Amino acid sequence: MNGISKDLRLERVVIIMYEAVIGLEVHVELKTSSKIFCGCSTSFGAMANTQVCPICLGMPGVLPVLNKKVVEYAVLVGMALNCEIASFAKMDRKNYFYPDLPKAYQISQYDLPLCKNGFLEIETEKGPKRIGITRIHIEEDAGKLTHEGDTISESQGSLVDFNRGGVPLIEIVSEPDIRSSEEATAYLDGLKSILQYLDVSDCKMEEGSLRCDGNISIRLSGSREFGTKTEIKNLNSFKSLQKALDFEYERQVKTLRKGEKVIQETRTWDEGKGITLPLRSKEEAHDYRYFPEPDLVPIKVDAGWLDDIREKMPELPRAKKKRYVETFELPVYDADVLTRDRELALYYEEALTYYPDAKKLSNWIMAEFLKLINQQQVPVSQSLARPKDLADLLTAVDQGAISNKVAKIVFEEMFHTGKKPHTIIKEKGFVQISDEASLAGIIEKVIDNNSKSVEDYKNGRLQALGFLVGQVMRDTKGQANPQLVNQILKEKLNTK
Amino acid sequence: MSISREQVQHIALLARLQLDEDELQNYTTQLNSILGWVEKLNQLDVSEVQPTAHVLPMANVFREDEVKSSLPIEKALANAPDKKESFFRVPKIV
Amino acid sequence: MELYYYTINELQNKIRNKEISITEITQSVLDRISEVESKVKAYLTLMQDQGLKKAKELDDQLMNGEDLPALAGIPMAVKDNMCIEGVKTTCASKILDNFIPPYNATVIEKLAGQKAILLGKLNMDEYAMGSSTENSSFFKTANPWDLTKVPGGSSGGSAAAVSAGEAFFALGSDTGGSIRQPASFCGVVGLKPTYGRVSRYGLVAYASSLDQIGPFTRDVTDAAIVLQAIAGHDSLDSTSAKLPVPDYRSSLTGDIKGIRIGIAREYFPEELNPQVKEVVLKAAEQLESMGAHVEECSMPHTEHALTSYYIIAPAEASANLARFDGVRYGYRSPGSKDLMSMYMATRQEGFGPEVKRRIMLGTYVLSSGYYDAYYLRALKVRTLVKNDFDAAFKKYDCILTPTSPTVAFDIGERIDDPISMYLADLFTIPANMAGLPAISVPCGFSEGLPVGLQLTCKAFDEETLLKTAYAYEQNNEWYKQRPSIGKSGDNNV
Ligand SMILES: [Mg+2]
Ligand SMILES: [Zn+2]
Repeated sequence: MNGISKDLRLERVVIIMYEAVIGLEVHVELKTSSKIFCGCSTSFGAMANTQVCPICLGMPGVLPVLNKKVVEYAVLVGMALNCEIASFAKMDRKNYFYPDLPKAYQISQYDLPLCKNGFLEIETEKGPKRIGITRIHIEEDAGKLTHEGDTISESQGSLVDFNRGGVPLIEIVSEPDIRSSEEATAYLDGLKSILQYLDVSDCKMEEGSLRCDGNISIRLSGSREFGTKTEIKNLNSFKSLQKALDFEYERQVKTLRKGEKVIQETRTWDEGKGITLPLRSKEEAHDYRYFPEPDLVPIKVDAGWLDDIREKMPELPRAKKKRYVETFELPVYDADVLTRDRELALYYEEALTYYPDAKKLSNWIMAEFLKLINQQQVPVSQSLARPKDLADLLTAVDQGAISNKVAKIVFEEMFHTGKKPHTIIKEKGFVQISDEASLAGIIEKVIDNNSKSVEDYKNGRLQALGFLVGQVMRDTKGQANPQLVNQILKEKLNTK
Repeated sequence: MSISREQVQHIALLARLQLDEDELQNYTTQLNSILGWVEKLNQLDVSEVQPTAHVLPMANVFREDEVKSSLPIEKALANAPDKKESFFRVPKIV
Repeated sequence: MELYYYTINELQNKIRNKEISITEITQSVLDRISEVESKVKAYLTLMQDQGLKKAKELDDQLMNGEDLPALAGIPMAVKDNMCIEGVKTTCASKILDNFIPPYNATVIEKLAGQKAILLGKLNMDEYAMGSSTENSSFFKTANPWDLTKVPGGSSGGSAAAVSAGEAFFALGSDTGGSIRQPASFCGVVGLKPTYGRVSRYGLVAYASSLDQIGPFTRDVTDAAIVLQAIAGHDSLDSTSAKLPVPDYRSSLTGDIKGIRIGIAREYFPEELNPQVKEVVLKAAEQLESMGAHVEECSMPHTEHALTSYYIIAPAEASANLARFDGVRYGYRSPGSKDLMSMYMATRQEGFGPEVKRRIMLGTYVLSSGYYDAYYLRALKVRTLVKNDFDAAFKKYDCILTPTSPTVAFDIGERIDDPISMYLADLFTIPANMAGLPAISVPCGFSEGLPVGLQLTCKAFDEETLLKTAYAYEQNNEWYKQRPSIGKSGDNNV
């Protein structure tokens, strides 16, 4: 064996031997109307500094008052993620200076978070796996900085908008139970799905209402020790989460293989270059000097309040999926597709109240509806074709008013214009000829003009029937009801 | 416990206070004397004592999730040392 | 007696009976200010024109037969750490010397609702940190009884203004004695209500878990009147108590028979000025003669209240004062090339030495590795201090002590010795640590300077506090004494 192949073999062995140890910290903006400590609106996209007040600007003398809904939303998420809900929680101050942080401290939770010790189950190649949730706490968001010039280091100054400052956040911290970037995306996807089901957040990564940081270290497979971790910021899409973790895993493996050590540091994902880079180290290590927030009193969640919150708990994706399979007798695949997005599931369920064939409806939604949704990139909730309209369309097909093929054309128009199916059918003249008398005349004519095929049919060549049907359809410009044509043709041919 | 000059400098950085040579000297001396004085607390056995962060036994003070009016932009920015359009402006960060 | 030295109670009757116009009252105070302010220097901002305009408006309303609220037409002023919309609020700090709040503190809203006449903002130790008002970034305020002495602090401007006849009452804030100690130095009544009794909204925070707003007045009746006006639950302050506010004046019966008073021996240490001790003990005897049960008791953790206070208050302050960073308001050091140097220079140039000292101390005791040894320990000691009071209030309705170990000291005497300055708050800090209501009332003189008697009661029992203080006051003439500012015959320079 020569040297080169030996090296290659070694390399393979080494790569296989390292496993990734990943934990995610996810910040979720809650969908309350007002901010966490003041009455300013949380809506996105307003002109800079128009949704601010003395409180969220951190003016001297102002005091925070906690928005009750923030606590309820956080507890709801905690319940959905199988957490213990604290009967006694408190707020703390996390101290650091940054221009987007008005008070120079963030009101957050330190040692007594609202929720802890939960889990989220994800699907992996090896079956379901539980990812532990260490804690969920509530805190306030910071404002938004824009740097003059192209990069932060080239700019002469930065501009601060405090509209986002004080928007309520929950921070969901996972245990380091994730072993690959695939598991990480599955976890984030599962989390997003639950949050959307609970209707507590928009979860729009592109608008920053769902943000993810990752901690990753590597270790020899099977080892119980943890390696030195790096924290990766700026993972602002599922794709960048996956790519950054893959990159960082490879980087750490290479570092160790070179005999060097992984440095504990914060790195940022550079989407353009496809690499992680160390964040320029601050002139000091952070020391957040947490201490109890004296301006806010403790939070006590008693059994009665828990019950009230639990009543607001909707059916979650897993339960829904199970019900679709058991009650609607849908294939697991269908149930999975339909329940992944809460809006889609709601759409399906609403349509189902008007059109009871669960499987036929599922086929339509998965094939036609999702095709258009994906093409047009519109959220399900904003689709112009409403569930009842889809149900009406399918009923029209069943009643023979239009063919399945025509229905697809009609649906596309419904999707783009929001018109009712019957309006489109009428406007486009798609109504099937289902009137026996008028069809009978056309069919007679076809029989007369195609005696060869009639003969063939009578001699047992059944495919001749298809040709005759086709002729009828051609003569009616496709508007004849095919089943009816079939039936009449057979009757006439058999009596001839 | 005594506090060194370097520690004083580190604390000043955490607190974002520039100190000149004299101040550094003075604060090192004064903080040491204050901390020495505070050492008296170590005479007390507090191992069984619960901390008091709030004197009033209050809990669960909330506001309802209702939107109130924000400041007009002129008022929000009126005290700004530097601003640009409708933003507060700060010198470059790094 | 000069008009500017009337009490609120007296003015209310004269206004109601139309014996005197609100404009005359206001003018008398403004005249008094022009007469003595150059010596006393209590005001940072004087709102003369607004005051006179408001007085005129109120006189018109009176002429039209309108019913006016209790404080209508009473000229008053507030410590410059309470926000008034459109009026400069500086906290006597260079870092805020151009800050104009776009909102009102809750107490200001309440006073506006009462139609009190707001004459201005009063000097103080920068950010309420100090016991002499020498830490103001702008100028020092003098004690009206002796212009070479400090007025106490941090609400020294408030105490001096009321004492000198420059306002009928004033509001101050009390974090470790900042109302009671200057009240005692200036010979006026100073009341620190129970923590949570008066809203802190709009009070620029020094130490949030200890701060409380309260009145300076010339007698206990006025203190009851002002407390009535500013007390009560506020939905903007999460630590404000949801309790009804009793009618305080009705507790001023003069009858204290059967009230149990404890004299805590830890408040009479050897270092205590012997004359102060004598005067205060004499007050105790007097109360006993009026029918109170007076008895010596012990509050063993008293001394530790002071030391733990100097950990807790600076720690909270280090966070509360972090917002003064030159980004949204206030001073910004010019010409900084980057953010870090802007922060560092702004805060170096903007804050005075005592503020910086406490920010440093507070940052240190919260920093990694020291939290448990200092901050957490101090919070536990706070529990012990509170337990002392809880135990005492099982036996007593009221604790009697001196307000301060000394009378007013010389300007400049302690400014370079932080610890000796901190000791001035030895007797006042425990009430803040336990959140209790406490009052200082004049009880005599030592070396020609006023001495204050401090009474402390159970949380939210301001009624017993005022009742006891009133009974004592009415049995004496101390509260009627007025300083003769800068006139020959006293030892002013
Ligand atoms: Mg966070
Ligand atoms: Zn706001």
